[in-house]
Amino acid sequence: MNKWITSALIAGALVSGQAFSQAMAQESQDAIRLGIDVPYEPFVVRNADGDLEGFEIDLGNELCARANLECSWVEQGWDGIIPGLLARKYDAILSSMAITPERERQVMFSLPYYNTPSVWITARDRDIDISDKDSLKGLSVGVQRGTIRDVYVTQEYGDVLDIHRYGSSQDVVNDLKSGRLDLTFEDFPIANDAIDFRKDDSPYKQLGDSIKTPTSIFGEGAAMAFRQRDKALAAKFDKAICEVYADGTFDELMEKYFDYDLSVRPSEQDCAE
Amino acid sequence: MEQLNGWFTDLLSNNAIFTANTLGFYWDGLVTTVQLVFLSLLIGVILAVPLAIGRGSKRRWIKLPIYAYTYVFRGTPLLIQLYLVYYGVVFFDGIQDSIFWVVFKEAFFPALIAFTLNTAAYTTEIFHGAIKNTAKGEIEAARAYGMSRKLMMRRIILPSAFRRALPAYGNEVIFMLHASAVASVVTIMDLTGAAYYVYARFYAPFDAFIFVALIYLCLTFSIMFLFRRLEKRLLAHLRPRGA
Repeated sequence: MNKWITSALIAGALVSGQAFSQAMAQESQDAIRLGIDVPYEPFVVRNADGDLEGFEIDLGNELCARANLECSWVEQGWDGIIPGLLARKYDAILSSMAITPERERQVMFSLPYYNTPSVWITARDRDIDISDKDSLKGLSVGVQRGTIRDVYVTQEYGDVLDIHRYGSSQDVVNDLKSGRLDLTFEDFPIANDAIDFRKDDSPYKQLGDSIKTPTSIFGEGAAMAFRQRDKALAAKFDKAICEVYADGTFDELMEKYFDYDLSVRPSEQDCAE
Repeated sequence: MEQLNGWFTDLLSNNAIFTANTLGFYWDGLVTTVQLVFLSLLIGVILAVPLAIGRGSKRRWIKLPIYAYTYVFRGTPLLIQLYLVYYGVVFFDGIQDSIFWVVFKEAFFPALIAFTLNTAAYTTEIFHGAIKNTAKGEIEAARAYGMSRKLMMRRIILPSAFRRALPAYGNEVIFMLHASAVASVVTIMDLTGAAYYVYARFYAPFDAFIFVALIYLCLTFSIMFLFRRLEKRLLAHLRPRGA
């Protein structure tokens, strides 16, 4: 009996909610709801006053302002974030969603707006030149099995480096610290938290530049997601993304939240009208 | 049959997964698994014989430590033991600079140590059980011949106990082969490690693991066959006449 009442209530809520949202959309074309999974520090968190803040909130509001849209945020757990978009609970996702072929079958992506880089890390007192392949012969590198970094190292350095594959990134860090590994190739934010390689007194250091290419391995990055038919809306946001990159607003926001580079500058082709 | 044949030819001709490269991975994995399991079983048996004798000793200071050892190693998962040996040793200060680091730097030896200690514990209990169950008559006969305890152990009890322990020990060998699959968590590219690699590379869990399962089955079958032959020979005296 109780079950019947509950399901009736849920069904009622769904119907009225949908009707309401359709009415809203007709009333004002400019009101857009953005779906986001909270929290994901420092991209989005709820502060002490109960408001959302973070890099993606600032970026989203900036993009909306440029596209002349009035945006509101809708919280949605990650597992239901694409179904929520398709069920019109919100009109776009702006939640660190990486572009993948599987997701592209269901949603339409904007231009990517950021991508986290990967880094080579070794002990500070080691003298290793990562660009000189011959000098790397016999050195051991640790990666997390099955990640894009595993694929990259296997493809580019499989013939020279001795690749150790681990189940978790903690294990990689443990063995870098224990001295079993000469090198590790790690996701920048993970390495930043776990190894702390950027301080001058850290026992570890970064080798060479941070790496984000080739995109065939590392992916294009995180992008906004829209329903397939909302092409006009996606185009507005693409244009706004190009603008924030062109006039330096993106870099300002990035520097406010991050002390490393996660920009993916859109090409001129992408930004051409 | 026709259909199965067609399916098989199809699988072999247009698959992106089982190339010479990945088959090479599986082959290296097979070699590593066999090495690891064979070495740990061999050292395990050598350790287990004196331990099993000591385990049946009347002196508490011999009996109790051995009991504690087998209790701990049979009472905890092999995965945990492997983790402790591999990741635990680095918490000893200065081990990187000691001569032990040669052994502990690579994953192979820590895994070998963990596997050996584990199988030695089980084998000790198997042998101990067999020694304890030696027929009273055999022992009395040996005594009647005036054999010393040492001689009796060497000539009567141990040969008889090993034969009777054979079926149980065969199981332990098979268990050890299957337990060795955990080696891949400490980066060893054993059979399971190779399967994980192919799985992660091609996102094809079914193909990667069914193939490795078949290899394990072949290995298990060979071990079973070998022990069946051994038992037939060595336990011939226990079979009913004419059978």
